Amino acid sequence: MSNKTITCECGHVNPYGTEICEACGKPLQGDLESKKLLNMRYEGSARRSQTYKTTIIDKVWNFFSSVKVGIWIIVLLLVSSAIGTIFPQEMYIPPLSEPSEYYREQYGIPGQLFYDLGFHNLYGSWWYMLLIAALGLSLIVASLDRFVPLYRSLKKQRTIRHESFMKRQKYFGITKVEGENPTLSKLKEVLRKKKYHVKEEDGHLFAEKNRFSRWGPYVNHIGLIIFLIGGMLRFFPGMYVDEVLWIKEDETKKIKGTEEAYYLKSDGFILETYDNNDEKFKDAIEQSGQEVVAKNYQTDAVLYKQVGDRIPGTEPELEKVKEHPIQVNKPLKFDDYAIYQVDYKLNELQSMTFTMDKKDSGESFGELTIDLYNPKDEYKLDEGYRVEVMDYFPDFEFNDKGEPTTKSKIPNNPAFILRMISPDHPDGEVAFVAIRKNLEPLGENDYKMSFQNVDTKNVSGLVVRKDNTLWILGIGGAIFMIGVIQGMYWNHRRIWIRRKEDEVWLASHTNKNWYGLKRELETITEKTGIDMPQDQSEQK
Amino acid sequence: MKKKNRLVVRTVILAAVLLAVGYTFYTNFFANDSGVVQAGDKAPNFILTDLEGNEVELKDYRGKGVFLNFWATYCEPCKDEMPAMDKKYKEYKEKGVEILAVNVSEPKLTAKSFADRYKLSFPVLLDKGNDVTNHYGVGPIPVTFLIDKDGKVIQKTEASLSEEVIDEYMKRIQP
Repeated sequence: MSNKTITCECGHVNPYGTEICEACGKPLQGDLESKKLLNMRYEGSARRSQTYKTTIIDKVWNFFSSVKVGIWIIVLLLVSSAIGTIFPQEMYIPPLSEPSEYYREQYGIPGQLFYDLGFHNLYGSWWYMLLIAALGLSLIVASLDRFVPLYRSLKKQRTIRHESFMKRQKYFGITKVEGENPTLSKLKEVLRKKKYHVKEEDGHLFAEKNRFSRWGPYVNHIGLIIFLIGGMLRFFPGMYVDEVLWIKEDETKKIKGTEEAYYLKSDGFILETYDNNDEKFKDAIEQSGQEVVAKNYQTDAVLYKQVGDRIPGTEPELEKVKEHPIQVNKPLKFDDYAIYQVDYKLNELQSMTFTMDKKDSGESFGELTIDLYNPKDEYKLDEGYRVEVMDYFPDFEFNDKGEPTTKSKIPNNPAFILRMISPDHPDGEVAFVAIRKNLEPLGENDYKMSFQNVDTKNVSGLVVRKDNTLWILGIGGAIFMIGVIQGMYWNHRRIWIRRKEDEVWLASHTNKNWYGLKRELETITEKTGIDMPQDQSEQK
Repeated sequence: MKKKNRLVVRTVILAAVLLAVGYTFYTNFFANDSGVVQAGDKAPNFILTDLEGNEVELKDYRGKGVFLNFWATYCEPCKDEMPAMDKKYKEYKEKGVEILAVNVSEPKLTAKSFADRYKLSFPVLLDKGNDVTNHYGVGPIPVTFLIDKDGKVIQKTEASLSEEVIDEYMKRIQP
């Protein structure tokens, strides 16, 4: 097995599987006399993967080395990414819904399938991640298997190439000349002016330029792999945080994702709009077709740091770090974190104010304000009058059994069962009080609760962000682009010139942009009096 | 020699990729998310107040089995298991099993009137701001943690429990 190498007649030892001798270019496979153009892909070097198949490692390696496999992986990724856009991703469905039910209810059997197969959280599903990993591996293996032999071939190529190699290039021509060197030195001069590196051996020439362009795809792949590594690091602890934080005015909340270290207080949410009568903005606002145009969304935030240890459930000991008005694109920054303004809710119910009135006289015996997040058991009013809160349903509804209950803890539809105690009714009268509803479940009352007003608060929607992978993604992206540019904007061109008795042979190859090469050959031949070589692919 | 090197290089590269992917999968799918309490973990201590305003600290229950339940009045499955829990509580209290029912940040009044209506005899604790609920990594409720006498979580369940299951659970944490 170990001597499965190919020794060319020029003396160079080529790896097994080589199609064209690395050194002299002699075709090693197929009919020497064939007139068919040589396949110059990867310089006819042996893609090693396709030659050794012994251990399991080699078999895995060979599988991922295949470009066909790589393309399949890309196609699968594209198709599954496309399918993932058919229904909304999990993070965009209504926040309180249960995904396992939501997809079936909304989209039927396809929805259920979508959920079962993990398309609802595509980037987090195990098989999608496996595909990405396979893509990464395919990039590494396929690139390595092609780069190394290609590099070897280009490094080892000799100035003088085998005749049959030259004859079987796309551009090939023979010119009869008389006399010796003038043509050759003229050629050298012209080629050097064209930025070619020219080598000479025994009166034969080899001119080459922009070989580095051949490394473009591999540089590009290195960039991609770095990018994938950056993406992978997001799953590592402490590298990436992306959490939503809803905070009400005057509320102090633990900041999610900060390992319990920080708290945030909102001193208020501000929504400012442009003045519709302002001369400066009037026209623009009218043109926009909107009644009002927002100018500023702002949360006046105070950042606190927790001091010392804390048992969950107890109040934290907080130390003020800083105050900062969070505006759109002007986040509050601390450590590696940034808190952004992204959403808001205006006028969330906070408290309701009632008066206790006598029905017939309309006389009022005092006012009570009930905090909808923490109502008291009892509210004292004028002498001898008070109201007891018997039950409270923040988000009132009747359940299947017809019992009063609450849908959630958010006071969207607050309802109370109140006992109104007055000197005439020391045992109290029971009233059911909700928004625009006043029932007397236990018979007609003499007193009633009259709704006065509500107090509301604004809620800020914030996002807590930390991303320690950005710089890696940046570097990966930059290398990716460098690779693209390197491979796209330069062409690797080579010209071989061989003196044979009174003939000058010229063959030429480029990895891309044959038209450009043709133009260059035209100038070169014009200036040196050599015949323009034929495009052999057209002669048939 | 060269071939041997090649095999080594290939093995190293494949192993490196496998390791990286394996670790990513591990942290993403199998690892204990920070803050999510699971079977086998030590139950994190907490201090909460009950409906009467008394402070209750989990640590003080060391030596007893604790049936730690997270619930709310808007959660129908939570309500369904309450009567059975209360029944079993009366039976197992003397045998050293305690129920702590943590209400997930509802107003005290709502929780209290519910407890009165259902005549619950076990302590109902108020978790203002979901502090303990989040610390235990509790998502959709009901969630019950079975904590043994050494303060170790032996099981976490997210189902609404029947009387038989509660009975079986209580036996398991009975000291």
